[in-house]
Amino acid sequence: MFDLLGKVFRRDEAPSKEIAKERLRLVLVHDRATVSPQFLETIKEEVIGVITEYMEIDHTGVEVSIHSLDKSVALVASIPIKRMKRTAKAV
Amino acid sequence: MGEVIVVTSGKGGVGKTTAAANLGTALALNEHRVVLLDADIGLRNLDVVMGLENRIVFDLIDVSTGVCRLKQALIRDKRFNEHLFLLPAAQTRDKTAVTPEQMKAITDEIKADYDYILVDSPAGIEQGFRNAIAGADRAIVVTTPEVSAVRDADRIIGLLEASEMTEVQLLINRIRPGMVKRGDMMDIDDIIDILAVDLIGAVPEDDRMLVATNRGEPTVLDGMSRSGRAFRNIARRIVGEQVPLMPLEAETGFMARVRHMFGFGS
Ligand SMILES: Nc1ncnc2c1ncn2[C@@H]1O[C@H](COP(=O)(O)OP(=O)(O)O)[C@@H](O)[C@H]1O
Ligand SMILES: [Mg+2]
Repeated sequence: MFDLLGKVFRRDEAPSKEIAKERLRLVLVHDRATVSPQFLETIKEEVIGVITEYMEIDHTGVEVSIHSLDKSVALVASIPIKRMKRTAKAV
Repeated sequence: MGEVIVVTSGKGGVGKTTAAANLGTALALNEHRVVLLDADIGLRNLDVVMGLENRIVFDLIDVSTGVCRLKQALIRDKRFNEHLFLLPAAQTRDKTAVTPEQMKAITDEIKADYDYILVDSPAGIEQGFRNAIAGADRAIVVTTPEVSAVRDADRIIGLLEASEMTEVQLLINRIRPGMVKRGDMMDIDDIIDILAVDLIGAVPEDDRMLVATNRGEPTVLDGMSRSGRAFRNIARRIVGEQVPLMPLEAETGFMARVRHMFGFGS
């Protein structure tokens, strides 16, 4: 309630176009990444390619997705590891 | 051989029909031979914006289904001699009544005889959009400076790129210079920066628009209209002329009013 009143009487707010630009930036990251299922699928394939050089992973369990957080958007990959290659230590 | 330009947008009500009518009229004023093609089947509007609604006999679907020949369906706008024609949309059918292949066949046929074909597209990303872009050589994407409209424009630009449309330009409509100045409206640079697309022009919000649509006369015919002036500039850019962006801020003060009075615009 007080929060709402604060908004109603707020005077020294930032120009609203800055808010519009920031919201657009975030929503377009999300839109562009998710509009084509092929896009995330391609990233997934390439991530698998890179990771398998260092460890043995469960290909079927790999998940790549886009998450909207409060003020940012993140690419989140979940990659189940089966076994670590010994050479990984040398990296 | 003419050029087919589709005027499209993601969000509805941003000014596609207004832009198609004004740009077509301005091109005709400059002696180009123009066909306005209303592809918004079921929601035709270009006829009333142009003041030609009482002259319709045949429509786009009559042409695609062979009920009449193309030439019979084209309505000549008598104000512009042999320069401006309208192919109206069907009002009693829906967007699935015509296929992209049929649309392309129609625009190809028109292209042989006219310089510019402006296709007024329905909003959205469904079949109506597919139909409208089917025969197009280039696209003008219309947006307003609002978050939702810009977001939808991004989606449309993505779809146009995916369908291998190489020439895609943005028209920003309904800019309010006072609000831009106060920082309460995104300006041209903000929007171009976000969408990473070429700009064909910007059109200010204009009270005279309503007067123009009441009369069925596009604002490019109104010497006092600022949107009319912006659309005339865009029409010149369409044919490849270099025309600087006009200042969107209205001129105020005594001399500006005098110039207006004598019809020199601003
Ligand atoms: N620059 C402008 N200034 C004022 N009104 C405008 C302007 N551009 C469009 N309009 C009005 O906005 C409304 C929607 O425009 P329209 O061209 O029909 O949009 P669309 O075809 O994209 O749905 C109409 O009433 C039109 O007169
Ligand atoms: Mg329309």
